Amino acid sequence: MKVRVRLFAALREIVGQEEVELELASGTTVSGLWEKLVSRNDRLAPYAKSINFAVNHDFVSRETQLAPDDEVAFLPPVSGG
Amino acid sequence: MFEIVQDILDVRTLALQVASQSDGAIVTFSGIVRGTNQGKKVLFLEYEAYPEMAGKMMERIGKEILDTWGLSSVRMQHRVGRLNVGETSVVIVVAAPHRDDAFAACQYAINRLKRIVPIWKKEVFEDGEVWVEGPVETVEVP
Repeated sequence: MKVRVRLFAALREIVGQEEVELELASGTTVSGLWEKLVSRNDRLAPYAKSINFAVNHDFVSRETQLAPDDEVAFLPPVSGG
Repeated sequence: MFEIVQDILDVRTLALQVASQSDGAIVTFSGIVRGTNQGKKVLFLEYEAYPEMAGKMMERIGKEILDTWGLSSVRMQHRVGRLNVGETSVVIVVAAPHRDDAFAACQYAINRLKRIVPIWKKEVFEDGEVWVEGPVETVEVP
């Protein structure tokens, strides 16, 4: 299945893209997708402990299973205001 | 009512939108770009948002204010892009029949925005730049 990953702030700069499309095995979790991204770019690894996860614009837990065409985002600690 | 914008923010315009004959208080909050942070001179800030989700999370805050205080006259706007020192980054207005609820709800709104709305700022100094990261915490899943 195909999912779309949105990247922001420091993560966007590390990856060098605002958005990535990935082909995943069915049943892949949010956490599994993160591991896949880290394996492609180990500079993301330090963010493992600080990020929150979103699917289709809502916060989700890392165990959430992804569905085809989901939009996933890995969010560094927010700093608006 | 809840939006990410590119343009200059105007808290007075927003306050007029919530004014009504049944509300005796309007509390407004404006967040302003400070010229120094932790002793360092800030040249300007770059704000970035996940606009679709930011709008949705601001709406969630509006719903929480409705559930807690019964208030629906709430507006929030956050600006993105390059902001110079002295410019307004965020405006929040809350109208209520009485001032206590308006103050409380407005303070709740900005505190909550700083925790759950996906917006980030980069501080640009004379000798470098850094993405500011808020406290590390797991946002509760609704």
